[in-house]
Amino acid sequence: MTTKDSSGDVRLSGISKTYGSFTAVHPLDLTVPQGSFFALLGASGCGKTTTLRMIAGLEEPTSGTVFLGDQDVTALPPYKRPVNTVFQSYALFPHLDIFENVAFGLRRRGVKSVKKQVEEMLDLVQLGEQARKKPHQLSGGQQQRVAVARALINHPKVLLLDEPLGALDLKLRRQMQLELKRIQTEVGITFVHVTHDQEEAMTMADTVAVMNAGRVEQLGAPDELYENPRTTFVANFLGTSNLIEAEVDTKAGDDIVLKAGGGKLTLPSERCSASTATGGKVLVGVRPEKISLVHADDAGEIPDGRNRITGTIADASFIGVSTQYVIDSPICPELAVYVQNVERDGRLTPGADVVLHWSPAHTFGLDAAQDIDAGTEEEAA
Amino acid sequence: MDTRRSRKLGTSVNWLKRHLVVIAGLFTLGFLLLPNVVVTVFSFNNPKGRFNYEWQEFSTAAWTDPCGVADLCGSLSLSLQIALWATLGATVLGAMIAFALVRYRFRARGAVNSLIFLPMAMPEVVMAASLLTLFLNMGVQLGFWTILIAHIMFCLSFVVTAVKARVMSMDPRLEEAARDLYAGPFQTFVRVTLPIAAPGIAAGALLAFALSFDDFIITNFNAGSTVTFPMFVWGSAQRGTPVQINVIGTAMFVVAVLLVLASMAIGSRRKRQKA
Repeated sequence: MTTKDSSGDVRLSGISKTYGSFTAVHPLDLTVPQGSFFALLGASGCGKTTTLRMIAGLEEPTSGTVFLGDQDVTALPPYKRPVNTVFQSYALFPHLDIFENVAFGLRRRGVKSVKKQVEEMLDLVQLGEQARKKPHQLSGGQQQRVAVARALINHPKVLLLDEPLGALDLKLRRQMQLELKRIQTEVGITFVHVTHDQEEAMTMADTVAVMNAGRVEQLGAPDELYENPRTTFVANFLGTSNLIEAEVDTKAGDDIVLKAGGGKLTLPSERCSASTATGGKVLVGVRPEKISLVHADDAGEIPDGRNRITGTIADASFIGVSTQYVIDSPICPELAVYVQNVERDGRLTPGADVVLHWSPAHTFGLDAAQDIDAGTEEEAA
Repeated sequence: MDTRRSRKLGTSVNWLKRHLVVIAGLFTLGFLLLPNVVVTVFSFNNPKGRFNYEWQEFSTAAWTDPCGVADLCGSLSLSLQIALWATLGATVLGAMIAFALVRYRFRARGAVNSLIFLPMAMPEVVMAASLLTLFLNMGVQLGFWTILIAHIMFCLSFVVTAVKARVMSMDPRLEEAARDLYAGPFQTFVRVTLPIAAPGIAAGALLAFALSFDDFIITNFNAGSTVTFPMFVWGSAQRGTPVQINVIGTAMFVVAVLLVLASMAIGSRRKRQKA
């Protein structure tokens, strides 16, 4: 990424939105660098769409400033901002054919000869043949591509995508994710993408901002967010996490040693977002696929230096590539463990005593004052 | 033999079952069209005396001279003028009211929303009488303008209803998309809002035209010495009915049918082009 051209930067400074007594977006500072694919991820009602609409100018911020590059656009109406939006459910003009839909923005800006540009753009999204059809005659995936073409033809500095794939079925969604990513790489425009689908956000975006209740919980590259979440919401919303309550015991070099039940767990201090004063409470997190599972009889084979927990298998479900176990442990009920089906141990059936072990480097520590279930599906339901 | 007869009966019952909907439809159509057929047939009559109620002999005299009766074509042209202006006025005002009611929240919105339907619900005679009282109290000269004002008033509620339904079903994101694509407020309205609302506006306008053109009661109260076509027909029915009235009636029916057929043909051709 170059730092020379910053005209496509989106910079939100102290931006907020309140409706009466309800705060949709708390004062928010956010910088989306030029040319990046940025995702705003969160459950419905978390303020992500409101944030997007404030960038587009469709919503007036209660406070704060929106910058595009160095220009303050807060007071500009949407039709004067060099920003275009791909709307949820596309919002194609039903009375115009595909060609005129795509040409709409050019015509409004008084571009005289639109034919060549529109045809090129329709070819880019592989819809050259459909130019004279009306939107309702196209399939969902085709309509989606028209919506992208209609926005991109204006060469906006920033393209905003509001849940653009929400209405498509799973297979088509996967296909369009790759397609959008390809287009973004090709045109090099800044994309800001709003979604509630964590897999979609992680597949497509360079940077993901996880939003919850009008605030950004954490911002970073997808792998960083996944491997080292800093809040329970992020840990649970992005994939699944096992969170174990523990107490700080000692510090040994770069590591923190924690007491959990009778055992000890080690955590690199740089991977802990909580205060690490001795005696303080910490939530120890580990992803289910990072854990190895051995039968209690083989516990001696586990190498030294690994975090270990004992328990019994409560449930095992075979799902093809892996087997998902639920382990009951005195330290923590219902630990999830995903084991790749490489060499399956026939003894690992419900009721068996097992030892769970994982590398301390895969452990993360969170502030125990938070809701341990934030961001889980149970909480959402 | 018995079995054969009962089988025959069975098949005719089956035939009836299968075609019952068509038969019922044809009966209904006949019921609706019979009066028009009578009007048309009697437009070719050559009546003895002043009344055109009994068939005498075939004649095209009235068709070759439709304006042959004094004041008939004058009243027809007046009715058409009033209907056109009333349609224009009611459509413009009604569409604006409909947009305001759907899109904006203002103080008297609830009241306007229900009061706008009052002309539809109120008996025409009552409305006619109260309008006349109003005009007389204000000292307004009865005639073309009072008729026009009255017509615009009662057509309004129908236009508002038709346009409102359309505007309410419109996705607000379409206008947001237009604004996002560099269309200012005026362009958004002209390029997106208006074309999408057009079918509702057209339906309202057609309704207004039909209502205004054949209104009798309200017009009769507020016309003064002016005579519209429905008033002319009513008046002549007292003294004798010229065949020309049937001619005008038939012509209007034919024009209406042709318009419907043309719109259907255009519609199906458009559909075929799309496919």
